[in-house]
Amino acid sequence: MSEAAPPPEAASQALRLQAVSAHYQGQSVTKPALADVTLAVQPGERVLIAGPNGAGKSTLLRIAAGLMRPSAGGVWLHGVEPRRARQVIGYLAHATLLYDELTAQENLLFAATLYGVPEPGARVETMLRQVGLSSRADSRVDTLSRGQQQRVALARALVHRPAVLLLDEPDTGLDAAAFDLLEELVRDAESTVLLATHDLQAGARLCQRTVVLTDGRVSHHATSGPLDARDIERHVRGAAASA
Amino acid sequence: MTANRPRYLRQLRALLWKEALVESRSRETVLAAVIFALLILVIFSFAFDLRVDQAAAVAPGVLWVTFSFAGDIALGRTFARERDRRTLDVLLLAPVDRSAIYLAKLAAVVATMLLVEIVAVPASIGLFNLRVDGPRLALSLGLGTLGFAGVGTLLAAVTAHTRAREALLPLLLFPLQVPVILATVKSTAAAIQVPGGEAADAGSWLALLAGFDVLFLGLSVLLFDYAIADD
Amino acid sequence: MLRADSEELERGVTTRALGIGSLLLLVVSTYGTFFLARPDRVQGDAARIVYFHVPMAWVAFLAFFVVFIAGIAYLRTRKAIWDHVGRASAEVGVLFTTLVLVTGSIWGFPIWGTWWSWDPKLTTTLILWFLYLGYLMVRAYAEPPRGPRYAALLGILGFADVPIVYLSSVWWRTLHPAPVIGPLAAQQPSASIVWLLLLSLAAFTLFYAFLVAVRVRIEQVGAGLRSQGEVPSYADAPIGSPAPHGGAARI
Repeated sequence: MSEAAPPPEAASQALRLQAVSAHYQGQSVTKPALADVTLAVQPGERVLIAGPNGAGKSTLLRIAAGLMRPSAGGVWLHGVEPRRARQVIGYLAHATLLYDELTAQENLLFAATLYGVPEPGARVETMLRQVGLSSRADSRVDTLSRGQQQRVALARALVHRPAVLLLDEPDTGLDAAAFDLLEELVRDAESTVLLATHDLQAGARLCQRTVVLTDGRVSHHATSGPLDARDIERHVRGAAASA
Repeated sequence: MTANRPRYLRQLRALLWKEALVESRSRETVLAAVIFALLILVIFSFAFDLRVDQAAAVAPGVLWVTFSFAGDIALGRTFARERDRRTLDVLLLAPVDRSAIYLAKLAAVVATMLLVEIVAVPASIGLFNLRVDGPRLALSLGLGTLGFAGVGTLLAAVTAHTRAREALLPLLLFPLQVPVILATVKSTAAAIQVPGGEAADAGSWLALLAGFDVLFLGLSVLLFDYAIADD
Repeated sequence: MLRADSEELERGVTTRALGIGSLLLLVVSTYGTFFLARPDRVQGDAARIVYFHVPMAWVAFLAFFVVFIAGIAYLRTRKAIWDHVGRASAEVGVLFTTLVLVTGSIWGFPIWGTWWSWDPKLTTTLILWFLYLGYLMVRAYAEPPRGPRYAALLGILGFADVPIVYLSSVWWRTLHPAPVIGPLAAQQPSASIVWLLLLSLAAFTLFYAFLVAVRVRIEQVGAGLRSQGEVPSYADAPIGSPAPHGGAARI
């Protein structure tokens, strides 16, 4: 894969996708998962990625996180490709990415050490308090409920104070209160956020603009004004119907 | 290796700590591997009906086949577990040099195999009534284990993402391991037989083993990124 | 579009030329093997197999060397063509390795008195056969986007292993009494033998290039169809749906 040079303005952008394409490869067919997606996100901006199932939301976030290579196009975070920008990426998906055998605290400590967080012990304690799990710090993750696990996962994604947060349906398994907590933490983190979710109400509350994906293409791009969940819903439904 | 060595070492230590903790709490791998190894030894001793005069001739092969099978179990678990629980993404997302992930996994597999050997070697000495040259045996088993686990860790990362991975791993591993198997069996034989005569032979086999280890550990570190990357 | 068509044409012509050339040379060398070469003084007619066996062994090693090079090239460039070349070459290599083992056994039985011996060359060839069968299995079983990458990696590892396997089997062998003596020594190869052998080598090498070219072409067409979703997949079709080619069966 040839690494194209980033466009000059990418250095000042938190995230830049330039004509990104990706393929889903099955045993017998290769389908496009993303086709020619270009997106620029300014530092501190929160962007909602909406779209029907299979529209390419997860693929887009995985590519931004450097977990997947696009088959064409370029990706930069603050002007650097994802592989060199791991330090600034926080990624949270519906899978919790936690080790069942470790306690909540150990999971966070492991992540904090890998990211080179200064004073990891204190930072982990703070994070556990923030997600309301101080009392379960020494419980093995597999003894926690799904919602509690997802809160540990959120703490893990935030432990190194990432500048760019990539949230792929982070609300899986969270009740309303927990989602409010997520919203609050994400707001407080002052990171750039890319959020993919089906909860358009919550998404519209948190984000400043919306990108609707259909069949791997940007089908709608709302850039200004407060987001209206019903409006987004209409676009997503329209997208699903045309798909 | 990164320019930032203290950071690299801290990360490596965290990875090793995680491996040890997960294994010590789940006991999924070590226990199974040790018991499996003992079982194989017992079956071999039934199958060959080993009397003392044959034992020295057959024991090196028996030992290394046993360790290879146990190693295959350890290797099969190491990445499969991370993949099944999606925790591999944690490692891939973190700003960690891929070689650190490889080295931590390698260390975990080597430690498991060494534990198996620590149990199985005395057991087989008792079972087959052997006399061994301890240090030389340790050296050849150590080098053999390192070579086996070195390529094995790379291949385990590959087969974790294939269908039929338990079947595929030994199919890839054992042909590559033929030199290691030959060299380890030969140098183990020199350590088991009555001292004298064969020392020079064992030396060149050990050199071959060491050469294999260096070549394949180097290649594995270089190629590991391609084995583990998720694209 | 025009350019693509002329490239297509050119490639077709090259492939055909390779096919016709190798066919002609194979005919000549086969004729030479059976009608021009004289029976060996010691081995009799059995020696004629050398004109097949040696070129096949050469092609097998050449094929695996190409897999190795294609693997490196693929990991560096990620161009699909290198993956196709590696796969094609590995398949042809395994085919020829199988033939080498079979022809070797056919020769070995009358001459050595056994179908098999643990001679270093035989051992190495057998291990190679296993290694590249594994390579082909990984290609078949890897989760879809990873196959080419894993295959490239194995192609590199496998080839790096060859000299070490050979060395270790040489040393291993020298510590064992040879089970049977191979009497290939003490005969002066005549000039005609050398020429015929070179001719066979050329014929088989061309044949190898032809097979790889055809196989690569098939891979490319297949990849193109897959990306257009045109490969009929019977497994995916719900039961009772029309056959993928459109003509619903009616009785």
